[in-house]
Amino acid sequence: MRDLYARFGGGLATIFLTLVLIWLAAMVLAPNLMMIDYALRPNLPPLQQGGPQDVRSLDNFLYLANEGVHRAIFLKTIWASALVAALTLVVCYPVAFWMAQRATPGQLSIALMLVIIPFFINEVLRTLAWFILLAYRGPLNAVLQGIGLIDAPVRWQGNGGVLAGMVYAYILFMLLPIYNAIESLDKSQLEAARDLGAGTIRTHRRVVIPHAKAGIATGCVFTFMLAAGSYVAPALLGSPGSRWFTEIIYNWFFEGGDWNRGAAYALTLLVLCLAVVLVTLRVFRVNLTDVAK
Amino acid sequence: MRPDRIFRGLFVLYLLAFVLYLFAPLLIMGVAAFNTSRFPTVIPWQGTTLDWFSAMWADAAMWQALWTSAIVAVLVVLVALPVGTAAALVLTTLHARARSFAYAVMVSPLLTPGVVIGISTLILWRQAGVGGGIALIVVAQTTFIICYVMLMVMARLQRFDRTQEEAALGLGASKLMVFRRILLPFLRPALLASGGLAILQSVENYNTTLFVRGFETPLTVFIATKVRTGLTPAVNALALVIIAATVIGAVAYEVARRRQVTRQPRS
Amino acid sequence: MSHSVELDGIGMRFGSTRAVSGVSFTVQAGEFFSILGPSGCGKTTILRMIAGFLEPTEGRVLIGDRDMRGLGPNQRPTAMIFQSLALFPLMPVWENIAFGLEARGVGRAERRKRADDLLRLIALEGYGDRMPGELSGGQRQRVAIARALAVEPGVLLLDEPLSALDLKLRQHMRAELRALQKRTGVTFIYITHDQSEALAMSDRVAVMSNGLLQQVATPRQLYDNPATPFVARFVGETNAIAGRVSAIGDGMARVDTALGPLHGRADRSLAIGQAATVYVRPEALMPGVGANTLRARVSRMDFEGAFALVHGQFPDGAALTAAVPSTRLGDAPALGTDASFSFAPEHAVVLADA
Repeated sequence: MRDLYARFGGGLATIFLTLVLIWLAAMVLAPNLMMIDYALRPNLPPLQQGGPQDVRSLDNFLYLANEGVHRAIFLKTIWASALVAALTLVVCYPVAFWMAQRATPGQLSIALMLVIIPFFINEVLRTLAWFILLAYRGPLNAVLQGIGLIDAPVRWQGNGGVLAGMVYAYILFMLLPIYNAIESLDKSQLEAARDLGAGTIRTHRRVVIPHAKAGIATGCVFTFMLAAGSYVAPALLGSPGSRWFTEIIYNWFFEGGDWNRGAAYALTLLVLCLAVVLVTLRVFRVNLTDVAK
Repeated sequence: MRPDRIFRGLFVLYLLAFVLYLFAPLLIMGVAAFNTSRFPTVIPWQGTTLDWFSAMWADAAMWQALWTSAIVAVLVVLVALPVGTAAALVLTTLHARARSFAYAVMVSPLLTPGVVIGISTLILWRQAGVGGGIALIVVAQTTFIICYVMLMVMARLQRFDRTQEEAALGLGASKLMVFRRILLPFLRPALLASGGLAILQSVENYNTTLFVRGFETPLTVFIATKVRTGLTPAVNALALVIIAATVIGAVAYEVARRRQVTRQPRS
Repeated sequence: MSHSVELDGIGMRFGSTRAVSGVSFTVQAGEFFSILGPSGCGKTTILRMIAGFLEPTEGRVLIGDRDMRGLGPNQRPTAMIFQSLALFPLMPVWENIAFGLEARGVGRAERRKRADDLLRLIALEGYGDRMPGELSGGQRQRVAIARALAVEPGVLLLDEPLSALDLKLRQHMRAELRALQKRTGVTFIYITHDQSEALAMSDRVAVMSNGLLQQVATPRQLYDNPATPFVARFVGETNAIAGRVSAIGDGMARVDTALGPLHGRADRSLAIGQAATVYVRPEALMPGVGANTLRARVSRMDFEGAFALVHGQFPDGAALTAAVPSTRLGDAPALGTDASFSFAPEHAVVLADA
């Protein structure tokens, strides 16, 4: 604090500090505290708020734990998000390895451009593209029927559609951290492994993957977090039978009209995501500073 | 053929499939904008038309949505740039011990799901009697967009040689002048870049905005609503225009950045 | 308009470490003054205290007889030239030079004119619109000097500004700096760890070690009359022969050493029986027998042109170096033989061991 004032002088330092404190207090801290408070209180008509029934309890969380459908959707959201992360990893790893170790500089700059351009495009639009592709009378069914792979159109919308759309949406968040990690691997290590007789799979399992561990962990954590908190893909690509936890939360706010339960659900989602992030980073010994790049 | 030739062939196939996966959906979406079919698709092709572009152009609700998004984006930039820069300066000037804690707090919005940011903002401001609308969209979006600005400014600050500040002070400059003439010009590229990123993030945001929008309909909400209530290729036409604008913007930015780099050799 | 600088018992503590303690000296107005010492001796800390980047934890800094306590670097009549030069890379050369004038509210046209005048002074006319990144190392050096001179400082502070240059350019810049100082009459305080730089340029030199002031003197006095063992060893080459004081008188002392009794000029504070060392410069040692004679086995001879460096070994293994003028190389002993070297007592200094 003293350094700040010494560096910028009283006026500027005070302005900087004020801006940062307003941000942290009013936009980061206060909303979360208020959400916690909301989550702990019952949903009451305005007249009874502050009255004898307005006491803090864990009822809203217990409701989630005991309501079969919501609990199932919550658990499904977790494992489906993990599945999204795993699938994205499988799709991205070979490309990342190729870009980091095998591509010529020319190929690399083209590849980087090709993977980055789609991600400048709105997530809603990208999901819309999948919506069109997967539509019942859409191009995918038409092509598959045309080449005789299927007899009748398939209803892709639902779990499969959501999965495909999400993997698509988060490729870059997986690809770049892994690419960065593998890129720092010395080529001679690969040559040494090959020279010592290791095959492709062993080289990856024993040399490349341990080296890229932090990047892989970062990519997986972020993909999981984004998937769990996603709303667009399940809303557009899902079906009534494939509801996502965020949709339940949305309903509490704008259809069910119980903000307190909604807050409790949102808090549960937040805690889940933070826990997954922090545990994974701790397990893989990744520093928070290295993550946010 | 030797096995590794086969392997290499398969791998090239895989790379092509990957590129196809990346671009086929976008391509289909774009091309469908020119199909006369009422539902956006490319098969069957019922005839080529530009009508959907005029339909989109004539849609007053679309213009309203675009206007809303533009206002929000401008306001977000106006808030996020100063605060993000201040945060970066505070963080880099802070003592090492306090820094790692402050850093964790300051990047936490990036680790928070977008819907949660929207919800918590909505809840807090309801207490103050403020409902969803432009103001809340700006507040909710800046909460995490500030982090992006902060990280980009910090990355640039790491390359700043602080003896420049001392030299300027030694020549009689006030601290304000040092900031204005030395530090700010140095940060300019990062500020421009993060301004661009902030606009992009703001316009494209959906998860957070959905909860705090009130009765406003920004562009992303407009499109998502169209998908559910009545999708016509006019939406594809809009999507195509947005994609073109984004890609042109990104390329222009990249070109400008490279020119900047070549114009200023090392100091 | 140059100023004197007086340090009155200044000290600097960083936490529990003392970087500088109890340093006092006065730099005359218009003097070229160097502070010499190995890295970590506190010389840069002193410079930063004079400039106002650090506030001393003890003592006072007076510039032009005015106490500088509480004044920031932008309020002091000093200008500093940094080791890294710290030119502003995003400003053209002329704006760099005129930056201090900008800070003082001088109008743009006047700034440009003054910058061009200074560019002429440093022989870089026409370079005003270039960017610093487009200049060579020597040119950047000169721009940094012009930038500091532009604010017409009473004192110019230089923090090893030549250390990044190659030897040839460094020697050239030494002469240029010295000439510039004479022409402008500004007080220069120059920090360096390079003793030949300090000796060649300065009117007077302060030698520092471990945060303590060792000696302030002209280069000549520093070389001939080092006040402490540190100065004797750090400035120039020397042969050190340890022993014990056995007689004092008439400004001279006799020291009994393993090589026999030796005589030299004595420090006033010496006492009989004290452990002391005799310091003799290589060029004071001549082949042959004399008032003080040392015997050593000649192990190596490096011919340098004007003189030859003769390296020898004493019976106890300690080394000896003598610089013998080429004109007297005829008397020089052969390699591998035992030979006598002698020096006049007035060419040796006896200092009590610390």
